[in-house]
Amino acid sequence: MSTLEENAGPVLDPTSDFNIFDPEFVRDPYPTMHDIRESKCPIAHSERWGGSWFPTRYEDVVAIAQEHETFTSRDIVVVPRAAAAEGAYAGVAAPPITSDPPDHHWHRRLILPVFAPQAVAKYEQSTRDLCNQLIDKFIDKGHADAATDYAQQIPVRVIATMLGVPVEMSDEFTSWVRGVLEIGLTDPKVRLENRINIISFFKQQLEDRKANPRENDLITDLLNSGDKYPVTDQYVMGVCNLMLVAGIDTTWSAIGSSLWHLAQHPEHCERLRSTPELWATAIEELLRAYSPVTMARIVDHDTEFQGCPMKAGDRILMSFPAANRDPRQFDNPDEVILDREHNRHVAFGSGIHRCAGSNLARLELRVALQVWLERIPKFSLVDPASVTWAGGQVHGPRICNVRF
Amino acid sequence: MRVKVDADSCQGQQMCSIAAPEVFGSDELGHATVLITGDLPAELHTKARRAQANCPEDAIIIEE
Repeated sequence: MSTLEENAGPVLDPTSDFNIFDPEFVRDPYPTMHDIRESKCPIAHSERWGGSWFPTRYEDVVAIAQEHETFTSRDIVVVPRAAAAEGAYAGVAAPPITSDPPDHHWHRRLILPVFAPQAVAKYEQSTRDLCNQLIDKFIDKGHADAATDYAQQIPVRVIATMLGVPVEMSDEFTSWVRGVLEIGLTDPKVRLENRINIISFFKQQLEDRKANPRENDLITDLLNSGDKYPVTDQYVMGVCNLMLVAGIDTTWSAIGSSLWHLAQHPEHCERLRSTPELWATAIEELLRAYSPVTMARIVDHDTEFQGCPMKAGDRILMSFPAANRDPRQFDNPDEVILDREHNRHVAFGSGIHRCAGSNLARLELRVALQVWLERIPKFSLVDPASVTWAGGQVHGPRICNVRF
Repeated sequence: MRVKVDADSCQGQQMCSIAAPEVFGSDELGHATVLITGDLPAELHTKARRAQANCPEDAIIIEE
């Protein structure tokens, strides 16, 4: 049950048979989330894709996220991987996102300083320069694909710079990440090939740093942290793997969705340009309304949650996008309100696995949108029907042609 | 009004420093710190309450 063909077929009742890769759900998941959330069964279950639970109410998603002892992070991908593929992972996970306590504490402690707000601020100017260079390439044409020509190009370069790996390899990194997190989720062969690409690449990078340690270099610093924590090569490779996989697709999807929204709301573009103090709440609102990420949890032991009999090993899809559209938590949840002040969104999750890169993601999203609106204040979709989307783990536009 | 951060609950969401940058900051791990430890001036009360309401971890404590 790991390919689109095996899992195809009409969904008669989403509360008992939802399909996260159904083309309509991938394009616009919010109506289905609404139907499940307001049904008698707001925690849906489906046998498709190896079986999973799908909580849709804010309160339930947050409660599960915070109960990390019962709902573990031993696998956080929305579909299981093939048992035959285990060996190829070489013991490399994606710490701290795949770590549980007690190791989770030091797995996270080691990387948090790199992502603190004051630490990521140093990437603002280079991100701004990058965004301007990207726009230089297409502004005279009067049209562009906001997803592939712009959004997709930004986070990969920021992350490559942070990791100290060649920025010129950005297209390859993007292709690997899509291979494991997007295309590979419905094609096990692609997933495995690209996982091996990533692990092999970072294995070489680690060997290089051991032979030639660098100053102010994240990989060198992690390798040299053995005096404080039981750091292994698998851990360092895992962190690199996480930063690449979790740092690229997610933020590019948030930038892309936000541009897709702004292309259809010239009044929002105008307000953001005339009222710059709106940016702080606007970024949080766009993150809420277009939260890209769904993470999985694995049930540790048989338990009952809100009347649902969950068995050890069951998969739960933590739909932060569904939680963030729950009317019990947000007034008019389907409306983007740029100055929404009460906004307790969980786009970055909740509990001990709060997205470590959240401050970097916010910075990239804000700078990408600010530079776009400075250079391209008025733009619109060429054809709303031609926009394509990815979904499942990360939701965002993949082709989004705009004219200006 | 005085504010505190429950360090055991704080996960570094930074929603507080976004809602009330005058009142909340960040330590080297990105967890919340309180910038004004004494009585908050009245003009910051609304922002401090918003910071508390927006914290998904319920980590902001307000004493009045």
